[in-house]
Amino acid sequence: MKTKRIDNYGKINRDKILSFRWDKKNYKGFEGDTLASALLANNIGIVGRSFKYHRPRGIFSSGVEESGALVTIGSKDRRDPNVRATTQELYNGLEASGQNAFPNVNFDLAGINNYLGRFLAAGFYYKTFMGIPPLEWGKGTAIWMFFEKFIRKAAGMGSASGLPDPDTYEHAHDFCDLIVVGSGPSGVAAAIEAAEKKLDVILVEQDSLIGGNQLAENDFDNSQIKNQLENLGIKIMTRTTAFGLYDNCVVGLLERVTDHISASNVNIPRQRFWTIRAKHIIVGAGAIERHIAFNNNDIPGVMTVNASKHYLNRYGVLTGKRIVIATNNDSVYETAHQLSEAGANVTVLDSRTNFEIETNKSFEIRKGYVPYNINGSKKIDSLDISKSETINKSETINCDQVLLSGGWSPAVHLLSHRGVKPKWDYNNACFLPSDTKENITMVGSSRGLWNKNDCIASGIAGTTDALNRLGISKTNYFFPKPGGWKNPIQPLYEVKYKKSRSKSFVDYQHDVTTDDVRLAHREGFISVEHLKRYTTLGMANDQGKMGNIIGLSLMAELLNKEIPEVGTTVFRPPYTPVSIGALSGRNVGKHFRPLRVTPMHQWNIDHGAKMIEVGLYQRPWYYPKENETLSDSYIREASTVRKTVGICDVTSLGKIAIQGPDSTEFLNRIYSNGFSKLQVGKARYGIMLRDDGIVMDDGTSWRLAENEYFMTTSTGEAAKVMSWLEELLQTRWTDLNVNVTSVSEQWAGVSVAGPKSREVLNNCVDDSLVITNNNLPFMGVTSTFLKGNIPCRIARISFSGELAFEVYVKSDFANTMMDLLWENAKKYDGCLYGLEALGALRVEKGHVTAAELDGRVTIDDAGLSKMASTKKSYIGSAMRKRGVLKNNDREILVGFFPTNLKETFNAGTIVCEKNNIKGQGIGRITSVTYSPELGHWIGLGFVKGGLDKWKDTNLVGADPVRNKQMNLKVVSPHMIDPKGERMYA
Amino acid sequence: MIRINCPYCGERDHSEFSYGGDATINYPSLDASEKEWTEAIFFRKNIKGFQFETWHHSNGCRMWLVVERSTVTHEIKSVKPCHPDLQKVVENNK
Ligand SMILES: [Zn+2]
Repeated sequence: MKTKRIDNYGKINRDKILSFRWDKKNYKGFEGDTLASALLANNIGIVGRSFKYHRPRGIFSSGVEESGALVTIGSKDRRDPNVRATTQELYNGLEASGQNAFPNVNFDLAGINNYLGRFLAAGFYYKTFMGIPPLEWGKGTAIWMFFEKFIRKAAGMGSASGLPDPDTYEHAHDFCDLIVVGSGPSGVAAAIEAAEKKLDVILVEQDSLIGGNQLAENDFDNSQIKNQLENLGIKIMTRTTAFGLYDNCVVGLLERVTDHISASNVNIPRQRFWTIRAKHIIVGAGAIERHIAFNNNDIPGVMTVNASKHYLNRYGVLTGKRIVIATNNDSVYETAHQLSEAGANVTVLDSRTNFEIETNKSFEIRKGYVPYNINGSKKIDSLDISKSETINKSETINCDQVLLSGGWSPAVHLLSHRGVKPKWDYNNACFLPSDTKENITMVGSSRGLWNKNDCIASGIAGTTDALNRLGISKTNYFFPKPGGWKNPIQPLYEVKYKKSRSKSFVDYQHDVTTDDVRLAHREGFISVEHLKRYTTLGMANDQGKMGNIIGLSLMAELLNKEIPEVGTTVFRPPYTPVSIGALSGRNVGKHFRPLRVTPMHQWNIDHGAKMIEVGLYQRPWYYPKENETLSDSYIREASTVRKTVGICDVTSLGKIAIQGPDSTEFLNRIYSNGFSKLQVGKARYGIMLRDDGIVMDDGTSWRLAENEYFMTTSTGEAAKVMSWLEELLQTRWTDLNVNVTSVSEQWAGVSVAGPKSREVLNNCVDDSLVITNNNLPFMGVTSTFLKGNIPCRIARISFSGELAFEVYVKSDFANTMMDLLWENAKKYDGCLYGLEALGALRVEKGHVTAAELDGRVTIDDAGLSKMASTKKSYIGSAMRKRGVLKNNDREILVGFFPTNLKETFNAGTIVCEKNNIKGQGIGRITSVTYSPELGHWIGLGFVKGGLDKWKDTNLVGADPVRNKQMNLKVVSPHMIDPKGERMYA
Repeated sequence: MIRINCPYCGERDHSEFSYGGDATINYPSLDASEKEWTEAIFFRKNIKGFQFETWHHSNGCRMWLVVERSTVTHEIKSVKPCHPDLQKVVENNK
């Protein structure tokens, strides 16, 4: 092949020369070039190696359907693989390289795969995975593991940078009356008509220029159209692809903001991901020219006819010297004429024998001829042709380029996204869009119209359709009939020449051959969806835009059916690839998810806290002194709490204000334990069940007044409990006069725990009498003031098992409260303690948290049967008694000690009987800690049958993940102070 | 890409709402039998077409709503507050 730039052709700006690098060499192109046109202008024919066989591949098209010229753009952290050279605009300094080849695309060592093709046929991966028969059946996985890395390396495309993406991406939203996809004649006509009828219109074009396929015309100038569109107030979005249609007229757009320029500007995003909400969608997405399957139809130099026209008239590149065009339809003749005018020697092979076409006889037409084999390997040397009725070796034409047109496929993809199946049109040998009730109208050649006037008429009709559907007008309209060629197309998908073993490609990008389709059929994969997955036909990033119909026709032939009976695969978004960066937008790094901090967050950090994430919350984990490790620190903190006093930020607990005359009745229904007799000034621990009888959450409710409660929930379930209470009040118990309000953000909470906690608080409250043992007994509640006239709520509640108080102030007073408490706690050698010590203290006491209450546990499993009232009905009371929840082999909460007290264990350990260490065992350990009080490791967890069944048995803790096994014994979950004497002190 | 016309807030994106469930269930009284509760919470129709379902405007006014939505097309025919008193308020303000 000899490709070159010629004078007086093209719309490129020859005054602006751009330098670029291809495979480490310098080249020049012009402003307005794509990488593909610039490569062709520099006579570079081989731009990649194929996926499986490493065959040299050239440029097949001039657009998004490209399945050969996939290249890598950029370097280092901006390396972008699998970019279509045909849509990549050239810019100064662009760096690109070929893919899937070592050392380079011209000389690729893996090209040997071409001769191993027999072993790489359809289903190769699946067969390898199953084992190679007959010796290896069943041993497939091992073989796969062995070969996988070689196969993946050999059968791959470009590789990603592996580095963090330095670019930014944005999400954007917009609204309009009408969105028009595609700026060809039909789309432009539709947009103008709509704007003139006062609709708010967005016109989307994936190309950098508006015009659609008119850009391939030699006399097309889009400046006037552009002015007209702009004057009508139409929002034009170029370099923007409508990649998907979604429910309710939502269109997903990808706008490529900087992919066409070299400078990376941190102030603008690389791409924008748009969500457009329209009232109506008009799709004028055009049609895609198909190739024809025959032997060696992938040799560099093969291209679609329309692509060659594009390169000539848009980019001023003549793609061959001696060109053979093979076709079955009328669409190629204008191109043939223009190519010969531009200086090429052109021959047209038309598979049809009987047709009339007007030409100026500047090129030869061979009626009734088809190509059946290309000779050459890295370039085309010659083409074997034959009469179309029977394929016989008859004649060879010397040529350097073969252009193919096997017909056109309307781009029905976007409509297919909505689940609308296209219908096969025999006259035009293509799928046409079906009608839909949704507000989507297909216009132009994407509804099978092949000439410009019909396209324009369809655009206007499309807008009339939109106006009618939107109730703005009631005007009759009609769409032109599909087609528009003088002579009918003759279906031609494959030219089969049986006397050769050469490969005949259906899907260039995934190296799917006609033989692969036949093999799949022989092996029973006859449904289209199976065929697709078995051969990977249409699964590359071109999604079968060129090859799908050929594959379908082959399967139809094998099954002796018609194409519509075989069906078509469903196209799904995206129409062209969308980068992960665009999908995530700004939701990366610290913006990946929201961060919640307590009002004393900074205070905690200033006082040495190491933080840990709990859900979205940052909570103090531990407060190390000097060189303390995590375990040094939490053991010291937990011991200090038991010995004197500790202070812990518990603000992340959910807090809900419950108010109204029926509040008591409400609590009585949602908690499993009784609340009807709770006095004002007292708090109660409560458990909520779900409808199905499983534990939902636990917490406390404080009766502040006759009709007012303050509820706390666990950190993790706070939002869920709030929604649940609202649901009950708004949907089920609408007669209850209760109001619930989330006050989680309004109150800062702290736990003051330990034998000295009352002394510390005494020094902090205005009136120390309010917290004496008499005035504030266990579970007592009071509203009072901290020193400095700070209003606060105090409840005598203990999670640690020590004498303890929870103190809440308005969030704004959080730091003042912490200063005050800490200043006084220090006087008693107290400490600040974090979540790790809190965990140690509660495990020692056998208190459950989210680790235990995992949505599978009943109130009885958790050993809290006493909390289930028998005197009333409540949410879950009926269902908690159902059969499966009453089985006596349920896993019951217990404590665990290592048999050898010097040993440690981990949460997640599976508890097994000694001689039966397998599967899920008889239980599991959910929480572990070192117990400063007991001087060894302890655990909480569950075991089938509970303590009574296993208390004297030696069990095994299996931890296969950590490759560990140890002996353990089951103990009561209340591992210290089982009577709770300290709490009541 | 559903949009729900909240009677209090106006038309909002479905990302502001949380899905609840079947809005036609009459939950039994708390002292009802296990059998009645089993019927109410485990057995669901799989409707093709319009169904009444609850949605919570969790990132908005916190109202629970009955939404009449097509499971085929996502078309929404009506949106009402679940609570009858709130329904009355909405009606009166029309
Ligand atoms: Zn609302």
